Amino acid sequence: MVLPDSMVAAPLVSDWLDFSQPGMVGIKTGKVEFGQGILTALTQIVAEELGVGFEKCFLVTASTGISPNESFTAGSLSVQDSGSALRVASATARAHAGTNSYWDIEKGVGWAIPANPDAILKNPSDYSLVGLSRNRIDLDAKLKGITHFIQDLRPDDLLYARILRPPNRGSTLVDLSLEKITLSTEIEKVVVDGSFVAVVAKDEYSAQSLVTKLAQVAIWNQTPAGMNNASLMNFLDSALAESKVLQEFGENKTELPHQASYSRPYLSHASIGTVTAVAQWIGEMIHIWTQSQGIYPLRADIARALSIDPQRIFITHVEGAGCYGHNGADDAAFDAVLIAKHFPGRPVLVTWSREDELGWAPYGPAMKVHLAAQVDDSGEITHWSHRVRGNGHSSRPSTLASPSMLAYSHIENGSAILPAGDPPQPRGGGTGRNAIPLYDFKNSLIVEERLSEMPIRTSALRALGAHLNVFAIESFLDELASRTNQDPLEFRLRHLSDPRGRDVLTKVAELSSWGKELPEGTGQGIGFARYKNKGAWCAVVAQVDVEEDVKVSHLWIAVDVGLVINPDGVRNQIEGGALQSLSWTLKEQVQFNDGAVTSNNWEDYPILRFSEVPLVQTEIISRPTTPALGAGEASIGPTAAAIANAVNRAINVRVRNMPLTVTNIMASVE
Amino acid sequence: MTHLSTTLDYMADFQIRVNNKVVDVDCDKNTPLLWVLRNHLNLTGTRFGCGTGLCGACTVLIDGTPIHSCDTPIWAIGNKSVQTVEYEENSTLQRIKSCMASEQAGQCGFCLSGIMMRATAHIDSLATLDRSSIADALDGHLCRCGAHNRIIEAIRQAGS
Repeated sequence: MVLPDSMVAAPLVSDWLDFSQPGMVGIKTGKVEFGQGILTALTQIVAEELGVGFEKCFLVTASTGISPNESFTAGSLSVQDSGSALRVASATARAHAGTNSYWDIEKGVGWAIPANPDAILKNPSDYSLVGLSRNRIDLDAKLKGITHFIQDLRPDDLLYARILRPPNRGSTLVDLSLEKITLSTEIEKVVVDGSFVAVVAKDEYSAQSLVTKLAQVAIWNQTPAGMNNASLMNFLDSALAESKVLQEFGENKTELPHQASYSRPYLSHASIGTVTAVAQWIGEMIHIWTQSQGIYPLRADIARALSIDPQRIFITHVEGAGCYGHNGADDAAFDAVLIAKHFPGRPVLVTWSREDELGWAPYGPAMKVHLAAQVDDSGEITHWSHRVRGNGHSSRPSTLASPSMLAYSHIENGSAILPAGDPPQPRGGGTGRNAIPLYDFKNSLIVEERLSEMPIRTSALRALGAHLNVFAIESFLDELASRTNQDPLEFRLRHLSDPRGRDVLTKVAELSSWGKELPEGTGQGIGFARYKNKGAWCAVVAQVDVEEDVKVSHLWIAVDVGLVINPDGVRNQIEGGALQSLSWTLKEQVQFNDGAVTSNNWEDYPILRFSEVPLVQTEIISRPTTPALGAGEASIGPTAAAIANAVNRAINVRVRNMPLTVTNIMASVE
Repeated sequence: MTHLSTTLDYMADFQIRVNNKVVDVDCDKNTPLLWVLRNHLNLTGTRFGCGTGLCGACTVLIDGTPIHSCDTPIWAIGNKSVQTVEYEENSTLQRIKSCMASEQAGQCGFCLSGIMMRATAHIDSLATLDRSSIADALDGHLCRCGAHNRIIEAIRQAGS
């Protein structure tokens, strides 16, 4: 066996486990919690493999120089990456200890021994912790309201900062007109660096109040051009792009008889809490507290932006509000560093306003997919062509040729943020994620076209390209089934030999009583994918009622994540992913006017409300002897497609452009 | 007590009752209760989400009635009693917390403080506690992680 990827740079047992407290096990993971329950699942894995009590384990806070470098917590890979590494480290420790205690060895020769990839792992049939639901270790503090989130940090001498952002992309500061405002005694300083403006105060209300006043008087050199709502489709169609063939086999026909195009708009992360960071300059050192998904890449990019040695930066992770990809967390960390520099020795906490959060964080890219197919006389698909276009899905720190934190594009010595790239194909790709269908088509051509101009900053949002790619594939399958008078479920099964895929489809059909009679205006639709074609299998049936608008009344979900670590955790992630996808699919779109995002508040960027939430039933198909797969993103694409297919069955209208609002439904009536 | 500060802002000393304790706060009279709690009193369980009363994250009880602390200035509190998520003497709130824990109702948990305060008032109002009445009561509260169904079920259990 080879070492798990995460262990290549951190090969010792002591890189992962800390036995320095007698009777206790410190778990050192490079992955971070942001609401997905990962720390609970990792604790189950370690406790199980070491044979110690769950309550004897604690998580060592992720910090640079202490935690293993596991790059980003992303892509539903934490259980695969960190889980595998911790399992091997624990199995090595167990074998090495034999009848001795872990803590005696710690006091003696220590645990700086290489992890053994061939260490005997516990047999899954002997598991007593893994595979059983376990309460989350983070929920108690969240319910009590005690200090937990990064917003709650209150170190001594703390100052609070807020940022004044430019009125639109590309505008530069001419004059702040500070002389027009009488500053309150609570204001410490207004920091200006190029077009980066921050207000620092003794409390957050004072800082925010001054930002509001400055917004009214500051003079900017505004560039009138930029993205508008109406120009989006044209941009997607005409922008320069880098083209890549992801799959090609069999006959390549230029004209296929069935054709359709699908799209989604830019989407916001829209977390309920706004991103926050704390920074403190102490002599030559900079200490940053951040909710970033990748403390090491962030350290490297901040060091690059400041032209300093990364060793001068120490980063501690602190949980923020829900995180669904590359949001403004890294930006806020760099904001805090820039501001705190003016207050040597003092910590400065930066919280973004709601308008900053919805108006300036990176967006999930708008995308377009063009599909074409040929079906033979027996109703079998013979040719399949998929072309996906859009901006890249990653502008994460240290992944581009220059720093990618927002403020770097505003400060005097900075530069514009370069167009987003995509994660490498072995990690699932970005634009082309799930563009290759899991179905058995004889002739296939799959092409991704990543745009090389980026008017609006884009980056990773949960499931990346899989949201639209699966939406498109699964919508088109229903269209083809309908044109050839076949049942959508049977049509899928006829083209799918993958046994675990067939199982989730069959299971979800059973859960939803697929095929039952439904009243007029009500419809059921189905959607399926295997996330990244190598992660979890997931099938969803949605039931909708369409009157004035679309109401989703039920979702049935069948999922196969291989070995299940924490069943309740998996259900929570799968259901959460489905409801977030429902929200994107039915309601969400970022709106623009001349390069300014106008959907920067909850009225203009509405998300799913409690009264709109369907009943959800999730069934997990357990496979204890197969590898554990991530659950965070698997339900996103299938849910989106299931809803569109259900709408079609309810009112016989095929909506190909998300979101499925009344406007887009009306525009789709043929 | 009120005095003019050295600037044009009106600074004042306020006495307010929070979680059954009387506390002194010296701040601008227009300071929203949210920032009084978070910055001046170090009660950080009440969350900032939007500052405009559109997400519910900052909800607290004032004399038992849920309000958005982000757009309620401190001068408007007067003698009324403020309860926040940290308050341990409210039996309805404690019951909700225990049901939220048993239902594992939450992911990131950022929205939960406000939701639990709203739910406390909803249960105490003796409203019917079925799925739709709870969903309607929570309709001004946003949850992005998709924990809605668990939250509804926990509140239903807490009230029954």
